[in-house]
Amino acid sequence: MRWQSFLPLIVVSFLAAVLFVGLELDPKIVPSALIDKPVPQFDLPPLPGKEPGLIAADLARGGISLVNVWASWCGPCRIEHPQLMEIAKIEGVRMIGLNYKDDPAKALAFLQQLGDPYESVGADRTGRVAIEWGVYGVPETFLIDGHGRIVLKHVGPLRPEDIPEKILPAIQAASQ
Amino acid sequence: MKRRLVGLAVIFMLMGGSHVYAMAVDAVTLQDPALEARARTIMQGLRCLVCQNQSIEISDAELAGDLRRIVRERVAAGDTDDQVRAHLVARYGDWVLMRPPFKLSTLALWAGPPALLALGGLGLWVGQRRRVRAAPPPLTEAEKAQLQEINTRN
Repeated sequence: MRWQSFLPLIVVSFLAAVLFVGLELDPKIVPSALIDKPVPQFDLPPLPGKEPGLIAADLARGGISLVNVWASWCGPCRIEHPQLMEIAKIEGVRMIGLNYKDDPAKALAFLQQLGDPYESVGADRTGRVAIEWGVYGVPETFLIDGHGRIVLKHVGPLRPEDIPEKILPAIQAASQ
Repeated sequence: MKRRLVGLAVIFMLMGGSHVYAMAVDAVTLQDPALEARARTIMQGLRCLVCQNQSIEISDAELAGDLRRIVRERVAAGDTDDQVRAHLVARYGDWVLMRPPFKLSTLALWAGPPALLALGGLGLWVGQRRRVRAAPPPLTEAEKAQLQEINTRN
């Protein structure tokens, strides 16, 4: 048998492999354009009682920060909340909240009910600052290195396995 | 034949009708109709990140509305079309463009279909040539005589 007879099989196998890999990819996830870029400039007011608010410079003071975009109206945010409480315990990592298009009273009630992992929270009532960050849904989480550069973006809720598989290695890499 | 023509005409009329597409309605638009028209054209080229296969012009998602506001602001502030697009690409990447630019990372996207078409055409051509070459050899004298005999017998 000549090798040409196998050509259709080879082509189909190649296509099948490409399409199979494609099946595993999530088309809803848009890669961030801000990786390795400094955090955008912004200045957000606090949630009442949790002064001060949040400005870009807070993220460039050295040390690693995790910026979590959340809202009390967001269901998946409740699912990922225990993971945030867990990450907040890690030493040398600041957990920062970006409260997206939320009612401050409801946001505070959410934190009272589920626990408050955030060192500080900026209230983005209009969602304008979130657009500067390239946010297109809640929750989203960014990892910021000591120089105020975005090194990782996670779209959607953090699952328990994301902490050892994704967050911890990224924190380690960013600390070096 | 005539009925078929009428059917075709109906199909074309229906296709023409689909050009009148949906539009999201904003409470605040630009006062200057020329600027608003420019903003609209830019919006048509920007992809909504929530309902991914719609432009922000026709998407009803909240984020699309926020992005429309930004496009109008930039246009009103005197940005060129390219500057407005670049403003959003800086935040959301090339992904936000309905028509991704041609570069190394999008090579497979742009060159893939023509390459596949060429490959298929090549395969067809080679196959065709082989079939011609594999045509049976002409009849020998003996076979011709045999054929003659069969034909005369019937």
